[in-house]
Amino acid sequence: MQVDRVSITNKASKLVEELKNRHGDVIFHQSGGCCDGSAPMLLPKDDFYLDESDIHMGNVAGVDFYMNQAQYEYWKHTHLTVDVIKGRGSSFSLEIPEGYRFKIDSRLFTEEEQKHLST
Amino acid sequence: MSHSKPKFQEKYGNFIGGEFVPPKNGEYFDNTSPTDGKFIAKYPRSNKDDVNAAIDAAKAAENEWSKTSATERSMILNKIADIIEENLDEFAAMDTYDNGKPIRETTMADTPLAVDHFRYFAGAIRAQEGSASELNTNSVSLIIKEPLGVVAQIVPWNFPLLMFTWKVAPALAAGNCIVIKPAEQTPSSVSLFAEKVKDVLPAGVLNIVHGFGPEAGKPLASSPRVDKVAFTGETTTGQMIMQYASKNLNPVTMELGGKSPNIFFNSVMDQDDAFLDKCLEGAVMFALNQGEVCTCPSRMLIQEDIYEEFIEKVIARTESIVQGDPYDMKTQLGAQASEDQFDKILSYIKTGKEEGAEVLTGGEQFQASGDYKDGFYVKPTILKGHNKMRVFQEEIFGPVVSVCTFKDEAEAIEIANDTLYGLGAGVWTRDGHQLYQIPRAIKAGRVWVNCYHDYPAHAPFGGYKMSGFGRENHLMMLDHYQQSKNMLISYDKNKLGFF
Repeated sequence: MQVDRVSITNKASKLVEELKNRHGDVIFHQSGGCCDGSAPMLLPKDDFYLDESDIHMGNVAGVDFYMNQAQYEYWKHTHLTVDVIKGRGSSFSLEIPEGYRFKIDSRLFTEEEQKHLST
Repeated sequence: MSHSKPKFQEKYGNFIGGEFVPPKNGEYFDNTSPTDGKFIAKYPRSNKDDVNAAIDAAKAAENEWSKTSATERSMILNKIADIIEENLDEFAAMDTYDNGKPIRETTMADTPLAVDHFRYFAGAIRAQEGSASELNTNSVSLIIKEPLGVVAQIVPWNFPLLMFTWKVAPALAAGNCIVIKPAEQTPSSVSLFAEKVKDVLPAGVLNIVHGFGPEAGKPLASSPRVDKVAFTGETTTGQMIMQYASKNLNPVTMELGGKSPNIFFNSVMDQDDAFLDKCLEGAVMFALNQGEVCTCPSRMLIQEDIYEEFIEKVIARTESIVQGDPYDMKTQLGAQASEDQFDKILSYIKTGKEEGAEVLTGGEQFQASGDYKDGFYVKPTILKGHNKMRVFQEEIFGPVVSVCTFKDEAEAIEIANDTLYGLGAGVWTRDGHQLYQIPRAIKAGRVWVNCYHDYPAHAPFGGYKMSGFGRENHLMMLDHYQQSKNMLISYDKNKLGFF
């Protein structure tokens, strides 16, 4: 058994596919902080500088999902599901002009799952 | 007294070169109110062509505006302050409908603070001086402040007029031209501002481009033709903006949120007096502006020996909050700014419960009635848990506070600093030593001592750690919008003798 840290709903996956067709390669980066933060941002792959301070948490709908290491330390005991909701953010995330926001639903990993985490 | 909804045009334009102009691609987006879910108006869905037109207008105005005297600019800022003050009710009503916050806050806080902010920078720029140093008998160093040129600014939706003002007032005072993108959730009061001041500000000095982050924000932040980028928002976008600016070696200022601790030492309970009453109000400040404040005191730290008694009073005060019709002057808690905010807050409450946090009050949606039944309201919520829980570490941006206890000063400081952020903090005590020593030990840019959520001009505001950098609300902000020209003058008639 292998347990992933991140998954994605069908609805969100469909929107990701549409946005990939329009924008090319993309990544998810989980944002922290103010306003539209604490939400996953879908960004053009080459726009966002990634290095060892970003943890690769998995791949959903063919898109790599990253989080800042410091933030990861507080999140790592929870499983994340990328979902989508109608909404209007003011960040640079690519779904915003379409009138949607990606969002995260979280649940705690069970002890059994913790033993089998893939990353 | 009940206020009424403001009047809106059906469609607004960008404000470029002193005129309202339609977006070049002819596309608009619908802006709706979070108070009742209804349509407000159409705003331009701008792209890089509109941004470039705005930068062109700013560039065209730059030479003349940068040469205006501090006196002239000061007079203009004072006129702007007067105009906002004369139209205070209209600005307040607009921000309430656009953002969802109660009318008493836009009337008594947001709008008067914006007025005062323009007046502060009108004064600050006249009091600012360069400097002269005699380095030796024959050498003098002069430092002259110069404007940067054209600055790009991107502002959030939680205080639409006030956040706009925090950015615009110092930049104008310093002699810069501006291209600003308001948040797409709250474009209204900024448009009203442009309409009211367009005869006061020379054309092209202030340009407003509406639209979405990836389409309008990105070309603005990455333009090699701007001289600075200022941003308030979240961390990932903050990093991206810094990257874009780094390509042009442009300076940036960033205000990126927090998870501010509000610390109550046991001495607050020594007497049942006016000060204790003030402490309780301070504890409930997490609900101010629906918790949609970067400095929301979203972590409450209570000394363990007073916990039971104190939290009982805090819960009672929280449950007395009047929620609902944002246009009623008695309403203390309005609507969350958007459906996705609303959803995020409820999702965090759920995560908190799963992590083992106990809901002491609230914890669910507030169902408003009548006209506001489709708005996005959340009950003020207190969660009890520990500082490693995600609800203690992430900015929920809602009326939700996470409470924990501490044993002594050392533990209070340790918990307070166990966060990625460092924007605000509150310290409440009757102990004269604590009220100096604890704030000094907290790694945050603003520590309120025996008060909270006060934002007067003249007190610098900005972050440590992942909360960003730059100090707004203060003449220090002038420096962030200025170059320092150094003229090094020799009065020696004789050569050095090197060549």
